Amino acid sequence: MAATVSAPSTTAKPVPQVTAHEARREPTGWTSWITTTDHKKIGIMYLVLTFAFFMLGGVEALMMRLQLAQADNTLLTPQTYNELFTMHGSTMVFLFIVPFWAGVANYFVPLMIGARDMAFPKLNALSFWLLAAGGLVFYGSLFFSPPECGWTCYAPLNESQYLPSHGVDAWIFLIHLTGVSSLIGAINLYATIVNMRAPGMGWGRLPLFVWGILIYAILLILALPVVAGAVTMLLTDRHFGTHFFDTANGGSALLWQHLFWFFGHPEVYIIVLPGFGVISEVLPVFTRKPIFGYKAVAASTIVIAFLSMLVWAHHMFATPSHTVVLVFFMLSSFLIAVPTGVKIFNWTATLWRGAIEFKTALLFAVGFLGTFLMGGITGIFLAVFPVDWQLTDTYFVVAHMHYVLVGGAVFAAFSGIYYWFPKITGRMLSEGLGKVSFWLILVGFHVTFLIQHSIGLDGMPRRVYEYPDVGHLELYNMISTVGSFILGLGVLVTVVNVARSVKVGTLAGPDPWKGNTLEWFTSSPPPVNNFDVVPRVRSVEPMKDIRRQVARESGLGDVPPAPVAESAVRT
Amino acid sequence: MRLAAPIRRRRAVALALFAAVVAVLASTGVASADLLSPESGGSPNADRIDTLYWLIFAVALVVFIGVEGVIFYSLFKFRARKGVVPAQIRGNTRLEIGWTIGAAVILVVLGVFTFVKLPGIRNPDVSAANGYQGGYVQIADATRRVPPSGKFLNVCVTGQQYIWRYTYAPNCASGNNFKYAFSYTDMYVPTDTTITLDINGQDVAHSWWIPKLGGKFDAVPGYTNHTWFKIPGKYAGKTMFTGQCAELCGRNHANMIARVIPVSPQQFETWLAQRKTDIKAADTAAAAQRKELEKTSP
Repeated sequence: MAATVSAPSTTAKPVPQVTAHEARREPTGWTSWITTTDHKKIGIMYLVLTFAFFMLGGVEALMMRLQLAQADNTLLTPQTYNELFTMHGSTMVFLFIVPFWAGVANYFVPLMIGARDMAFPKLNALSFWLLAAGGLVFYGSLFFSPPECGWTCYAPLNESQYLPSHGVDAWIFLIHLTGVSSLIGAINLYATIVNMRAPGMGWGRLPLFVWGILIYAILLILALPVVAGAVTMLLTDRHFGTHFFDTANGGSALLWQHLFWFFGHPEVYIIVLPGFGVISEVLPVFTRKPIFGYKAVAASTIVIAFLSMLVWAHHMFATPSHTVVLVFFMLSSFLIAVPTGVKIFNWTATLWRGAIEFKTALLFAVGFLGTFLMGGITGIFLAVFPVDWQLTDTYFVVAHMHYVLVGGAVFAAFSGIYYWFPKITGRMLSEGLGKVSFWLILVGFHVTFLIQHSIGLDGMPRRVYEYPDVGHLELYNMISTVGSFILGLGVLVTVVNVARSVKVGTLAGPDPWKGNTLEWFTSSPPPVNNFDVVPRVRSVEPMKDIRRQVARESGLGDVPPAPVAESAVRT
Repeated sequence: MRLAAPIRRRRAVALALFAAVVAVLASTGVASADLLSPESGGSPNADRIDTLYWLIFAVALVVFIGVEGVIFYSLFKFRARKGVVPAQIRGNTRLEIGWTIGAAVILVVLGVFTFVKLPGIRNPDVSAANGYQGGYVQIADATRRVPPSGKFLNVCVTGQQYIWRYTYAPNCASGNNFKYAFSYTDMYVPTDTTITLDINGQDVAHSWWIPKLGGKFDAVPGYTNHTWFKIPGKYAGKTMFTGQCAELCGRNHANMIARVIPVSPQQFETWLAQRKTDIKAADTAAAAQRKELEKTSP
């Protein structure tokens, strides 16, 4: 990160500038990272660490795909294979995507709402270091025996008589540490968003990404204590003689599934709602249109969050359950399709009659739209419980969840990376490499996962380390494996792009995209205190107002000189 | 209206791509019936699930093509060009209410489909007249789902790491003793007869699944799950239906396979009698051996 405050670049158009920055030099060196409480530095550490875990989780996935490329393959032992899918799932959920959004939120929520930092900067640092500790504990199990019970770690397989090695314990501490990290982070984000918005930024003017993060924080606060309780019960089952999940001694194996999914389903929305927020920011900027139906998009986020607490047992349709229970959870799952559908329709309508600029961020956003739609539609099949009886626990579900989580969250994450990288580093990512990366990821993703629907329909359960060569299973699996390596290559191209652009990328200037929200008001990268003056917010697109005002007052068309006159000093 | 050459070329490419995708789908669809739908054919409930699946598929396909169509049309039509002014539309309440109701109506339709098909999937059929006659008649028992009339056969399915055990007993509580015939991995069943399954797990959770015979049902220790199937007479002695455990149960989860082997009711009677004789003989032999060992041991 540049140590000094950057002067307005002469190459970029000097769009609204802050007049004065603080004079004190920013601390530099590695100690400045360890001791920092600056939300931007913490945000960058979150992003780098979680992306590293994303790469690790990706390598684990590729190893699984290698094993499955051939029928009856003997490349990996059953134990290694089980460890790999457990590590892959747990890494992607607990160490990549949820904390990745925490990182993006850390960096951008204060900037987007015109705040100078998070509400509790020291707690913010604690959140990050707890996350790092969680990752360390979990990956430490590589040196003895990683867990092998899947990321859902069902009872009673998770009990010590079936999995005596301490991998499950490492997994429990992963949940505890990342859980506390997320919980503190969520409280921090909530307090920040509720209390520290710029003057004039009412709830109806809150950027939609911030809406997504607000609901993400609330869902984390509601869901995490449940899983924390569940893994604590598991810990005492394993080591202190309790029998919560041990059927032979009066416990209940199904209790685990209820507790886990009571957390696990809101978790899905914890993963995708911030992604929805990114899409709702990126689409208007690159179509040069306001978001279609701001209120509907914000309100549907709240409705989704509410309903997400009521659908958990649709993960348990094959368990011994009364028909009434099955019907209830089918209907509640149907209901959640309505607000999700509303979002998709609103995004599509945002494209309508726009002037679409095909930048990489926009490509990933529409890639999200087309891909996530498919995940939503296969979700309807799974909500119909008699059909779910055929599909659950097969590769159809694997395909569905990746369409939702990669289509819904990872595409949005990449869109966010390409959109906000200039703000974080002050430099642009290469559009050429970005587009190569996008097409590789899009094609690789669909080649990997579309065929997995058929693998599941053909009768292949998930979490099997080998399969017999019947029907077209070997061909289908080979297609999927080839796709996964294309996908991996696409991710690598973005990594190269980031590594290159951080040094040699074109200077971005404060507002390279002509954005709508306040983060584009300050310089790139922003100074430690973010803003010397915080403008009064008059609409959901404050930067549009500012640009218009500057143009009007300067009488120079749309080439406004610095600095901005209209601003309110925040005390 | 004459289109510019590049646009015409692009359209031709798009059409060719579409045709290629359809051709590939059609050819593989012919090669494998289960590219797009769950397996079926072994039992009426599996067939009804398949029908329900296709009903949903039809609705889903319309929604999918409609929405993706609008997305691709917009991306093509509304690219930023010189002189294009983006319409500053902030919303349209009537339209938005419209599509919210539209989405809800689609889901109501899917719900109706499900409720119409559900009883035939969940509740066991009646055995055919030529089915196995040695089974059980309905017992007044609200906790179980049995055919409304006629005889049926109950099999107690027990999952354990990493094998399936089948006990031919009227219910699981009376299950694991040598009074009843039992077998592992291969389940012989009479055709044209409704087979009800009481499924449970002995150690960890497993899941019973024979794709062509219907959905999967978890075998959770401490709980009993229920399903059923009825294999048509034409399959007697001709084929077998394979499946495997569908819930992660440990390292050899992938090897926990199951086979259902349909035989005619007469053959089944013979098989069952043979099993009972064999089990009894083995039990007697084991008892004798035990006695022998007790004598010789200090």
